Amino acid sequence: MSWHADVLFQGTAQGEVLRFDAPISFWGGVNPVTSEVTLAGHPQRGQAIKDKILVLPQLIGSSSSSAVILELFYKGVAPKALILGGRDAILPVGVVVARQMGWPTIPVVVLPDPPFQSGDTVHIAPDGRIERV
Amino acid sequence: MLLTHEEKAILSGATGTEGDRMALEVVTETARMLGAERLVDFHSSHIDGCLYHGDSGALYCEKLVENGARVKVPSTTNVGALNLLKPDQSRLPAAERKMAYRLMVAHERMGCTPSWTCAPYQAGARPALGQQVAWGESNAVAFTNTVLGARTNRYGDFLDIACAISARAPYYGLHMSQNRHAKLVLDVSGLNPALRAQSAFFPVLGSMIGRLAGETVCAVTGMPGGASDDDLKALCAGAASTGAVALTHIVGITPEAPDLSSALGGAAPEQTLSLTHEMILEARDRLSLAKAGPIDSVALGSPHFSTAECQEVLRLARGTAFKVPVYICMGRHTLTELEASGADKALAALGVEFVVDTCVVVTPILPAEPGVMMTNSAKFAHYATGNTGHLPVFGALSDCVQSAQAGRVIWDQELWT
Repeated sequence: MSWHADVLFQGTAQGEVLRFDAPISFWGGVNPVTSEVTLAGHPQRGQAIKDKILVLPQLIGSSSSSAVILELFYKGVAPKALILGGRDAILPVGVVVARQMGWPTIPVVVLPDPPFQSGDTVHIAPDGRIERV
Repeated sequence: MLLTHEEKAILSGATGTEGDRMALEVVTETARMLGAERLVDFHSSHIDGCLYHGDSGALYCEKLVENGARVKVPSTTNVGALNLLKPDQSRLPAAERKMAYRLMVAHERMGCTPSWTCAPYQAGARPALGQQVAWGESNAVAFTNTVLGARTNRYGDFLDIACAISARAPYYGLHMSQNRHAKLVLDVSGLNPALRAQSAFFPVLGSMIGRLAGETVCAVTGMPGGASDDDLKALCAGAASTGAVALTHIVGITPEAPDLSSALGGAAPEQTLSLTHEMILEARDRLSLAKAGPIDSVALGSPHFSTAECQEVLRLARGTAFKVPVYICMGRHTLTELEASGADKALAALGVEFVVDTCVVVTPILPAEPGVMMTNSAKFAHYATGNTGHLPVFGALSDCVQSAQAGRVIWDQELWT
């Protein structure tokens, strides 16, 4: 079975899913040095997002989150891809800026009600097709 | 997406600098991701990206500078992470301090007006009713939309400076008339009129708007006339910190809401809520994480204090010095006015520490040992613990002054009847 997501930022990725069970702002919620979720009370607190396919069904739009995701690229602790539940530009702007800096980038796609759970392995193709592996 | 010949030429590198191309690429990519059909010209920017969140942001802005990027509309700067008049006031580690400084300098080199304030609308940047602008900093966004009737979305890091360099922004959201009408009505007419006129009521009401409305545009009915610029500033800051509020209509006060029907765009509201006295007290109490007892500091000025607010501190203090440090965050324009009247010396004699260009919840200035911080700001109350470790106690400005003089929390409950 495969799903077709809208592509916000094109790329290819394969890896293990980390699904966020509550919304988060990267600013104040993710440590840009360790990539760990730091937000008090968040279900994924303490987990590192480095190298994960992050599934974010809901977003909180702190506008400084663009800066936090750029810092994750700079420090080499970025996730492998972002699957967003809704259209949003704050995180993908950080990916556009990372490309302009010449740093490796990641795909960002939108899929409403993404079905993927933590521990799933998925593959994202440049056209937005997502498959469980 | 529809792009003009000029925009296409900049993106292809046929005209403009490489910095122009980088900036316009960020703007058009964002517009595409949001589903905007075109870009819109605008009059001014307020740039939030000058606050240090890590070295990468400074390196990016320096790359823009090196590639010839310069802002093409009047652009004020929000706070940075340093008081440039007193750089060692912040305990930021040396390496971070250096990068925070480089980030601020990069914005000056791109042609921004170095205002370093989160209340640019009290430092001369007051867009006109109906003007398109592209502002960052949540309280400034809410103020310029709500109180001035200018039109902006919430512009965040990188997109803010990219728009200022491009003089273009994605045309969507609150730039468009049809998205500015209220869908939710909050009725405060059942509350005691004396309470509704208190300055301390405004940040509390703001925090309720943030929680109840979030991104939904709401209209508040039943507010008495006579709210000051500083009252509305406190309301907007409260709303924009507890929720993603970018626009609120206050019927009879703000320019797009001469009456409720105008605020609603002639449509019926989707929901109307009447606020009760109990709800107000509950919202007030949520702003305090510590209970009555000793305090370690008082923090004022989120958003940055005006000259009138500083003078009110002097009036309330009646010459009695403070037992705990009182930090007043402000723009340099305010400090200059205080110096002209000698009020700066009178405030310093009471024990006030001036924090300019920055503020105490974005850089380590409060006492190193986390304690209890009293404030009259809903925004400081919201961010204090997460950003500084200090526990907030909320009170009216008069409470803050008395508490600073006593070294412990003094609340005047009469204000809340």
